[in-house]
Amino acid sequence: MTALNELTISEARDALRKGEVTSVALTEACLGAIDAAGALNAFVHKTPEIAMERAKAADARLQEGAPPAMCGIPVGIKDLFCTEGVPSQAASRILNGFRPEYESTVSAQLREAGAVMLGKLNMDEFAMGSSNETACYGAVVNPWKIDDRKLTPGGSSGGSAAAVAANLCLGATGTDTGGSIRQPAAFTGTVGVKPTYGRCSRWGIIAFASSLDQAGPMTRTVQDAAIMLQAMCGHDAKDSTSAELSVPDFEAALTGDIRGKRIGIPREYRMDGMPEEIETLWSQGAEMLRDAGADIVDITLPHTKYALPAYYVIAPAEASSNLARYDGVRYGHRAKLSQGDGITEMYEKTRAEGFGPEVQRRVMIGTYVLSAGFYDAYYNRARRVRALIKRDFEQVFGDGIDAILTPATPSSAFGLGEMADADPVQMYLNDVFTVPVNLAGLPGIALPAGLDRKGLPLGLQLIGQPWGEAELLKVAHVLERAAGFVAKPERWW
Amino acid sequence: MSVIDLETARRVAKLARIRVPEENLPALADELSQILTFMEQLNEVDVEGVEPMTSVTPMRLKRRADVVTEGGMPARILSNAPDAREGFFAVPKVVE
Repeated sequence: MTALNELTISEARDALRKGEVTSVALTEACLGAIDAAGALNAFVHKTPEIAMERAKAADARLQEGAPPAMCGIPVGIKDLFCTEGVPSQAASRILNGFRPEYESTVSAQLREAGAVMLGKLNMDEFAMGSSNETACYGAVVNPWKIDDRKLTPGGSSGGSAAAVAANLCLGATGTDTGGSIRQPAAFTGTVGVKPTYGRCSRWGIIAFASSLDQAGPMTRTVQDAAIMLQAMCGHDAKDSTSAELSVPDFEAALTGDIRGKRIGIPREYRMDGMPEEIETLWSQGAEMLRDAGADIVDITLPHTKYALPAYYVIAPAEASSNLARYDGVRYGHRAKLSQGDGITEMYEKTRAEGFGPEVQRRVMIGTYVLSAGFYDAYYNRARRVRALIKRDFEQVFGDGIDAILTPATPSSAFGLGEMADADPVQMYLNDVFTVPVNLAGLPGIALPAGLDRKGLPLGLQLIGQPWGEAELLKVAHVLERAAGFVAKPERWW
Repeated sequence: MSVIDLETARRVAKLARIRVPEENLPALADELSQILTFMEQLNEVDVEGVEPMTSVTPMRLKRRADVVTEGGMPARILSNAPDAREGFFAVPKVVE
């Protein structure tokens, strides 16, 4: 029999509604799995008391009848989300000890839907990284293992991806600024959705790059992603960029019928040096969609090449501004001062001690590209290139393309520490297929589609039209069933 | 155009309010230069007549009346402060 923590959200929901299982039992199974998985370093602040309290409340609500789909489902919350009274520090020393007095909108919506928070999940510091190695808590270890090396789960939502892949929770929240949901999903054989910019409220999520950040679900199946996304999104007056649009029933959209859908294959995503296996997987994915009745169309997104450099101007610029608030005055860490130190020394020492090297690097790059004399040459130019990248997608969708199929990442998971000597730009290349989606504000999903020769999961990405999450999930659901990915990491931890 | 020299690295660190020890400046300058060199590719793009993108979705930012919507909770506001006294955030002396 399947252990309770191994159930999908949809299975657990159905069992809860039929009274075959209780939320308390599900939650206990997950808490046990978390305690036994210290080696993965995925959960960094456990909240068993809160979990049991909410599980009991969910069971009572289930008894009353007509509970929401997420009622009683145990989930993990990325450390980037502010959770009332529970440490929320974006995996940064600078927010050591910070316990918010408020709850982010997304986690509050999950709470109101009856979901059970098990604890906070590890991540790259301030969501800046693609390997989960920049966290103040230490790296997360991928549950997938093929030799004696420890592999990265990807980043920045590496704790979320590892926890879902290792059955420590049924689903987890992630956030995605340049690929931080989709790349770790691909590295761990899980499903991750980055919704359209504005679909999920950003209120209460510690900001990295405000014009790019979006929250989304990380789950084991596309159907689960649809269920969890439903509870996370919707208009919020507290986020002025949150969209005042009704939210369709995502799960109901999974009809299995994609006949006549036009799926674009962008030629610019065929990168030099990309492993042949990824190329093959991509073609197979297109074949599967064709077999399901979709039309496969070659398309062009000519400015793709410039997405990464534009992103690495815009995201650090916004980060340098957002992270200016960490000054040692209102919350978190303050450096010990020497005799005669004034306020400037307090800022400088606090930020030097509190921010790790990658965050410092990005804040300084952002400061530079926004500084007098360089603003036009870098920041404004990058924003103009961003407009062109968005226009590429608009043209393709205007020509009748319903969704775009690409690889999710240029490689499978690599070993922890293997990129330590590479220059920062090498790490940035992980996001080459995901970054354009954030720049254009589009919805994207990564789903597992196969294993490489080494036995590690590889993912494909589907990109949808703005606000087209329902259609996107429908296509992803068909691809998921056709790919039939069932491999699981063998338990070693 | 944008190779970062030591003086620029020192100035950027100062602007960012991050203390960087003198001995770390050369490595920092190198890293920043590498990243900026990568960004130079943007100069290949013809952006003539293209407006800088300001918003992902075509929308006018919402407005609201300029009134207090929440407040009256000084203890909660100060609850995470490293140093707070008599209802205020406390910082080192700013004025001599």
